[in-house]
Amino acid sequence: MKKPLRATLKRGSMAGVATVGAAALLLTGCGQAPDAGSGAATKSDFLGCIVSDSGGFDDQSFNQSSYEGLKKTETDLGIQTKSAESKANSDFETNLNGMVSAGCNLTITVGFLLGDATKAAAEKNTDKHFAIIDYAYETPIANVKPVVYDTAQAAYLAGYTAAATTKTGKVGTFGGIKIPTVTIFMDGFYDGVQAYNKAKGKSVQVVGWDKNTQDGSFTGDFEKQDTGKQVTINLLDQGADIVMPVAGPVGKGAGAALKEAKAAGKDVKLIWVDSDGYLTAPEYKDLMLTSVVKQMGEAVETVVKDDKDGKFSNTAYVGTLENDGVAIAPFHDLDSAVSAETKSELDALKADIVSGKLVVESKASPKK
Amino acid sequence: MTSSSEGSTKDQTPEESTAEVRAADVALDTAGGTLEPSIVPVSSQSGDTGHQQGSLMRRIVMGNGFVSVLAVIVALFLGGLLIASTDAQVAKTAGYLFARPSDFLTALWSAMTDSYVALFQGSVFSPREGFKPILETMTVATPLICAGLGVALAFRAGLFNIGAQGQIIISATLAAYVGFTWHLPFGLHLLLVIIMGVLGGAAWGAIVGILKARTGAHEVIVTIMLNYVALFLLDFLLNTSAFRRPGDNSPISPRLDESATYPVLIPGSRLHLGFLVAIALTYGVWWMLNRSTIGFEFRAVGANPIAARTAGVKVPRATILVMALAGALAAFGGVAQVAGTEKVLTGGVAAQIGFDSITVALLGRSTPWGTFFAGLLFGAFRAGAVQMQIQTGTPIDIVLVVQSLIVLFIAAPPLIRSIFRLESKKKKKNKTPKAAPEAALANATGGAK
Repeated sequence: MKKPLRATLKRGSMAGVATVGAAALLLTGCGQAPDAGSGAATKSDFLGCIVSDSGGFDDQSFNQSSYEGLKKTETDLGIQTKSAESKANSDFETNLNGMVSAGCNLTITVGFLLGDATKAAAEKNTDKHFAIIDYAYETPIANVKPVVYDTAQAAYLAGYTAAATTKTGKVGTFGGIKIPTVTIFMDGFYDGVQAYNKAKGKSVQVVGWDKNTQDGSFTGDFEKQDTGKQVTINLLDQGADIVMPVAGPVGKGAGAALKEAKAAGKDVKLIWVDSDGYLTAPEYKDLMLTSVVKQMGEAVETVVKDDKDGKFSNTAYVGTLENDGVAIAPFHDLDSAVSAETKSELDALKADIVSGKLVVESKASPKK
Repeated sequence: MTSSSEGSTKDQTPEESTAEVRAADVALDTAGGTLEPSIVPVSSQSGDTGHQQGSLMRRIVMGNGFVSVLAVIVALFLGGLLIASTDAQVAKTAGYLFARPSDFLTALWSAMTDSYVALFQGSVFSPREGFKPILETMTVATPLICAGLGVALAFRAGLFNIGAQGQIIISATLAAYVGFTWHLPFGLHLLLVIIMGVLGGAAWGAIVGILKARTGAHEVIVTIMLNYVALFLLDFLLNTSAFRRPGDNSPISPRLDESATYPVLIPGSRLHLGFLVAIALTYGVWWMLNRSTIGFEFRAVGANPIAARTAGVKVPRATILVMALAGALAAFGGVAQVAGTEKVLTGGVAAQIGFDSITVALLGRSTPWGTFFAGLLFGAFRAGAVQMQIQTGTPIDIVLVVQSLIVLFIAAPPLIRSIFRLESKKKKKNKTPKAAPEAALANATGGAK
């Protein structure tokens, strides 16, 4: 979900890189010629394909994780893959048709924007399989597997942790664009904080999101890190000391703002989303309280493997705490900041959510 | 940039001539004092005021057609080299370039040709699908042509219309809203969709014209800002329940009614009635520019607003009208998007069409039929890129690079001429005492606004 207005600027940089790369290759072109006929490893003729939305496979978000998941199956399962980036919404249909004519056994589409196009392609090609990430249909389609995440469950735990850890009594969050896959994090986070307040009789406040009005702070895109920095500074000014940005790469702007605040002597912390930020954004690892993790690559791998083994089904894959599709990351360096009491409460909450005793609800939750 | 006086055969420095021109402008504007000065200061009016032999804009906008063709060829060649440089086989063989150069050259050649063959198969003809891909090219070209006409028309009246993007967004929003909320019979529904969309785009364009004519605000800045206004307005609307599917929180509108969409012309393809509308519009713009009084007025304003005013053309009125018409033309592109191909309204409904259309208009030298064929060429690039990406794994961004290179070369005709050694010939042929090519070039850079 990148803003089309700004996409062009970034794309141009590829050309420069390619040219420099070519020059470097020419300069080092003095190696030995290989002997003819080096055989490639035997490969399965299963063809797994993926079509991105206009964010492209370098969006540091769901397109990229799904793409990497599919790429991994090349080596893990020995299958072949094809990928197509969509530059515009009108490319969806042509990309999908292209994949069908290329003979893809399973085509993965990423994001709700591709919902209609995937449905149309699936209904036209009933012998092919499809999977769609982060979207589910009201009425299931026989050859489309939806892959969705009940992210609110993990965000709930993160909210509880934040509420138990805050020193100022205020925690903050903001989003990239107000879409369900973003607000589900914020809803879960909000509820986690309220759960802590209820259990402990405290009144920790959430700034940047209100679950009841479904309104809060958004940067407007998933690209501009300086906007993320500005929003984070605003949240800090309102008294928050823990911030959870739900905005893909814009989260790095939040990291930068928190780093400056920390340098100025404030005790601030960051909660990352999508992946374990301690590993994927190591420049902020000393701020990283925890991360709300969505295991997208793994889900894609599972779906591809199942289809290759002839076990395709159209029942939605819902990533939950139960099947480890969503999780909160370890506290890493800040382990000492979270009390043993809180940790055991988190374990209990997780067990309650898994068992169904506790239901985390969000307007954005996948429908069951 | 008025310092490039070397090589100028004129006996004034550019600075002097600018000052004189200003004075002359004012004198002309008031017809030597007998008329009231116009509301818009002459210095803030864009477009060629006729004092330079050829301003940069004029050169870019109305360059030589042959240069356009050559620019495409050079851009394709450079693009091919880029494709080759990202190819794994080429990289591998480059590693032992000096041990066995033939491998490298073969890999280089096949990387380039494979990609372009796939591009061709995706856009014109493929052995498997026959001429079906060319229908896809026409489909993709439709909004580009409409929006390109809007940009070209404004260019001809001396206005840099960067606002096609915003005009497309506004028209798509209104057209889609009518398309999915009202439920009307066939024919009438589509007609209303078109009318609402076009009115929206025309209004969005007219705002620019009014601001320019009444206050002298520069149209480039106003159009760019209105693009953002339109984009974020759409984002906002898609977050209201009026524009969302019932029961769904995603920012995507319901599908347009079947009666609100352009009928498909050839079953099995996506080619819709909007393409015929685009042809009609192209003819209409050609007729207006070349056969009608108003078109003559536009061209007169574009060529020399002062002379036009002296001749009795109401320049502010022409400015407002031409921007409204440009907006209306771009709006047909927006309607083609929602009623032709996508059939839903999303935040990305305008994609890059508004910006690509500027390139299309430039490549078409701002003539209606030039824009039409340039739109088809870009449509072919876009349609073919999809096939190229799937068949050969070439990154789709390469097509964007080729498009950008085309603009670069069109903007620098001397570069193309020197690559193909056209300069010397031209010099001999066109050598007249008042406009040696060097002088024109110096003036061209001096006239950049």
